[in-house]
Amino acid sequence: MTKGRNGTATDRHRRQFLKTAALGGVALGGAGFLAAKAPAAEGTEAFPLIPPSMLVQGKPVASPPYGVPSEFEKHVVRLANNRTPTPFSSWSFTPLQDLHGPITPNGLFYERNHNGVPTINPDDHRILIHGLVDRPLIFSMDDLMRLPSISRIYFLECSGNSSSEFTKPSTDIRWSHGLLSCAEWTGVPLAALLQEAGISSEGKWILAEGADAAAMTRSIPVEKAMDDALIAFAQNGERLRPEQGYPVRLLLPGYEGNMSVKWLRRLKVGKEPFMTREETSKYTGLLPDGHASQFNFVMEAKSVITRPAAGGTINGGPGLIQISGLAWSGSGKVRQVDVTVDGGRSWQPAALDVPILPKALTRFSMPWRRDGSPAIIASRVTDESGYVQPTREALLAARGPQFHYHYNAIAPWKIDASGKVTNVYAAGA
Amino acid sequence: MSMPLVRSLTVIMLLIGFLWGSTAISTARSQEAAKSPVAQQRLGIGQTPTEELIKAWNIDIAPDGANLPNGAGSVAQGQKIFADTCAACHGEHGTEGPMERLVGGRGTLDTKKPIMTVGSYWPYATTLYDYIHRAMPLNNPQSLSADQVYAVTAYILSMNKIIPDDAVLDRNSLPAVKMPNRDGFEQTEAPRGADCMTNCTPLDPQK
Repeated sequence: MTKGRNGTATDRHRRQFLKTAALGGVALGGAGFLAAKAPAAEGTEAFPLIPPSMLVQGKPVASPPYGVPSEFEKHVVRLANNRTPTPFSSWSFTPLQDLHGPITPNGLFYERNHNGVPTINPDDHRILIHGLVDRPLIFSMDDLMRLPSISRIYFLECSGNSSSEFTKPSTDIRWSHGLLSCAEWTGVPLAALLQEAGISSEGKWILAEGADAAAMTRSIPVEKAMDDALIAFAQNGERLRPEQGYPVRLLLPGYEGNMSVKWLRRLKVGKEPFMTREETSKYTGLLPDGHASQFNFVMEAKSVITRPAAGGTINGGPGLIQISGLAWSGSGKVRQVDVTVDGGRSWQPAALDVPILPKALTRFSMPWRRDGSPAIIASRVTDESGYVQPTREALLAARGPQFHYHYNAIAPWKIDASGKVTNVYAAGA
Repeated sequence: MSMPLVRSLTVIMLLIGFLWGSTAISTARSQEAAKSPVAQQRLGIGQTPTEELIKAWNIDIAPDGANLPNGAGSVAQGQKIFADTCAACHGEHGTEGPMERLVGGRGTLDTKKPIMTVGSYWPYATTLYDYIHRAMPLNNPQSLSADQVYAVTAYILSMNKIIPDDAVLDRNSLPAVKMPNRDGFEQTEAPRGADCMTNCTPLDPQK
């Protein structure tokens, strides 16, 4: 702005403010009145009659340049797992109970790292494609940015999300379901890179390797790589966060989270699965007969009520509340979500937020007039393939208690007369 | 040469190159289904990596032993390296922790308290080499030489009584080791629920 006869714009604003403040002070009878508090109705908590936010200037623009949540939302953070022997091979949980809609903010996206979060300068980073290809190729990040990219919304769920529920059900939804997040990912279809390199007809599996201190590796079926796999470099509109694979990661929609290898550096095409540690000794499910289920790629349909949720409390007594939660399927779209408020005896279809996207989180909701007596509520999803989310009883009967991964059973929450919410299966609930 | 002439020559040469390239590629891929609009022609992005770079990056070890490097290590050598480098996290005998238990547990997988270790659970000995080389020790990954990785692998397998105490492992003997749980893996279907709407079985186990 130009500095004119009346000074700078800022000067003018300041003078105007002082004049207004002086008038306001006289008209309303001084600072004592401005500080007055009053309840909105009898018996409710008092709050400022005139909010201070209306009487002083706020902060200037770009304070700070990269925006952060309100200071009153400081409790909405990821919960670090402090029970693993090392924080470097560990995980942090998304606070599902505090989130709205289907998208997870980047700073709250769950983490699973196998040896810490690396610091990678994108200028020094390359992706190599080799093995059973016509032409081995190496791509810089600049190369990748020149290729046609697309943006798609997909969930990621750790294979071990809800693993607590097999043997020691958790009292808190963060522990029981927090290894789940959803974002819009931008990247280059992996198929485009593979076509550029030319896969040999013998090539059936692709080893994906990360540039982290675990040199994380998983084997990916070529069909999946050519279907909807992305080489993703952005998440919710900005470049990936370091803990999500900066500068580039693999993204395999609907597949167990750790196959979407972060900090992607190498893709090797081979004839057979590579049988890495993370697909043999880990991420395999032990069955009661001593055999183990391997290559359980697709995350089966699952749903959970996130509000109210275990670990929380319904405030404000009986009356109307909105039951709200998330449903998803690694096989495609959510077709229907049913909700029970009588412990599973009867179910009613919930409303689904649109758009309902394949392999993305879908938010469902149902209004509930709670009479204040103890109740058990739960949700159950059916996906577009007709697959119905199983009960814990059915899941344990088929998988046994030691399966550890892919727990997708119905999660019933118990609400007591005071409004406290607990996991029905947790000890002491 | 005048600038316009240079420019036209460049355009012509690019066109020739493009036409030649796309013909060659479409012939080579005549049997491939066109899944994307870019499938019919090379994008021309990305470089050809040197053999040296591929060799340096190509560290994965297949179950058949392909890609195993030269070198060798004995159980005795591995015992010393394990004590110095691994025992702090895995315990002196590979059983004490706090990190991953490596030893024991044979015959427990079908019990109520299965103990899943290298000896009882891992299907391939080659995976041990691959993982130790790429990721161990956690605080100093890729610090062990090929000889040292063979030796530590040998020691862990000997503690599990899978190879004898005087064994030496190399690129030929390691893939020949048959792990006890080699055939313990299968693919299974996930259990499905039922879409009952009224008069259903309650979820609460106490009711």
